[in-house]
Amino acid sequence: MSLRVTGATALRVLRQLRRDPRTLALVFFVPPLLITLFRYVFDGQPQTFDRIGGPMVGIFPFSSMFVVTSIAMLRERTSGTLERLMTLPLAKLDLLLGYAIAFAGVATAQACITSAVAFGLLGLDVQGAVPVVIVLAVANAVLGMAMGLFVSAFARTEFQAVQFMPAFVFPQLLLCGLLVPRARMNHVLEAVSTVLPLTWAYDGIAHAVAGTDGIRVLRDAAIVAAVAAVALALGATTLRRRTS
Amino acid sequence: MSAIVVEHLHVVRGARPVLPDISLRVEPGTVTGLLGPSGSGKTTLMRAIVGVQKIAGGDVTVLGYPAGTRELRSRVGYVTQAPSVYLDLTVRENLAYFARVLAADPERIDAVLDIVGLAALGSQIVRTLSGGELSRLSLATALLGEPELLVLDEPTVGLDPLLRRDLWDTFRRLAAAGGTLLVSSHVMDEAERCDRLLLLRAGELIADESPASLRERTGCERLDDAFLSLVEAEVA
Repeated sequence: MSLRVTGATALRVLRQLRRDPRTLALVFFVPPLLITLFRYVFDGQPQTFDRIGGPMVGIFPFSSMFVVTSIAMLRERTSGTLERLMTLPLAKLDLLLGYAIAFAGVATAQACITSAVAFGLLGLDVQGAVPVVIVLAVANAVLGMAMGLFVSAFARTEFQAVQFMPAFVFPQLLLCGLLVPRARMNHVLEAVSTVLPLTWAYDGIAHAVAGTDGIRVLRDAAIVAAVAAVALALGATTLRRRTS
Repeated sequence: MSAIVVEHLHVVRGARPVLPDISLRVEPGTVTGLLGPSGSGKTTLMRAIVGVQKIAGGDVTVLGYPAGTRELRSRVGYVTQAPSVYLDLTVRENLAYFARVLAADPERIDAVLDIVGLAALGSQIVRTLSGGELSRLSLATALLGEPELLVLDEPTVGLDPLLRRDLWDTFRRLAAAGGTLLVSSHVMDEAERCDRLLLLRAGELIADESPASLRERTGCERLDDAFLSLVEAEVA
């Protein structure tokens, strides 16, 4: 791999996003809007908002980057640009890291905006350090991006790719502990949740927001990073230089 | 040394043997035309030469290396039938990206824009280009790295006669400078400008000779008629 090609790829992906201001607006402003909506839906139960509002700041980047990446990579596959790239002196890692760098940048901006609204305007309770929450949010974004990249190999059309969101992300959202603590789930679901990456992403962010158990936050962050690396490696196996 | 050596290439797509057993050579510094009815295996053969096609048997050697190996990635240019560029970037942004990937001199961007006649459209978003402009941009991208071998799948479809003539002048110039070109086409006056013609029918090579020799062998004055006579003779 080469820094030149990785950097050029990241720049190219960012330029494409800049040409699509509507998508950028959705990525940047839907999460703060939804958090605001939560705030007023739970107007009578501020403790519920305090419990799930903070972790949501770290979970939005996971789902947005999952969708954006799976569609972007599907486009590379169907437009023939991926095949062209595979005939050029570009390592698969150049492409994957290029995407990861570009989307991590977008996720950083997204997490900053969402944090500013949640912790600033809405007065959401945060005991921990906000920068730690943002770093975890970016790690979650890279996880979402890596998983989106992998599943894009199994979609033939953009319709299918969009449906992967409910198929892959919703079950993880339900089981990760955000809505109901995992200890209160039945044993089968609790066991399933243990092997789902979003569970650890949520656990880390919840403790980071609460400012408790720094070691646990580090452990969760390490799990998220490891799963993201595995998903990227699996994604690399779906980029084929030769096809039938 | 031949630029391309294909020996007993066997390619199966789905359950169908697209290329049952094909062998051929392409010499450096020449323009070779690849012709044949649609579905005859032209694109599959080109993909095998570029090294993006899974093959079931045989050998494909390009510039002395097995097709598709790392050493060839900056030395072989491939232009697919469908233009493969980023629609949401400008013409220049596309070329700038591929130039970085190829480690090509940034000055090549202006050079290739001139070659394909897109110099005035550099800052236009690719999505707004016409079909012919799009395929010229795809070609320009492949020219960035000054490849020794250019594999072009129907590069002149949708272009007006003037542009087609200019592009063929470019192809001849590249070959005169020592480059090798393999160009598939449906247009017979383009076949006329090739040094050699390969005619495929149902995955089999039924002609491999110069335009002059093809005329002589079939007794047809027009290449159109020569092809028809060969294709139909094989069917009968």
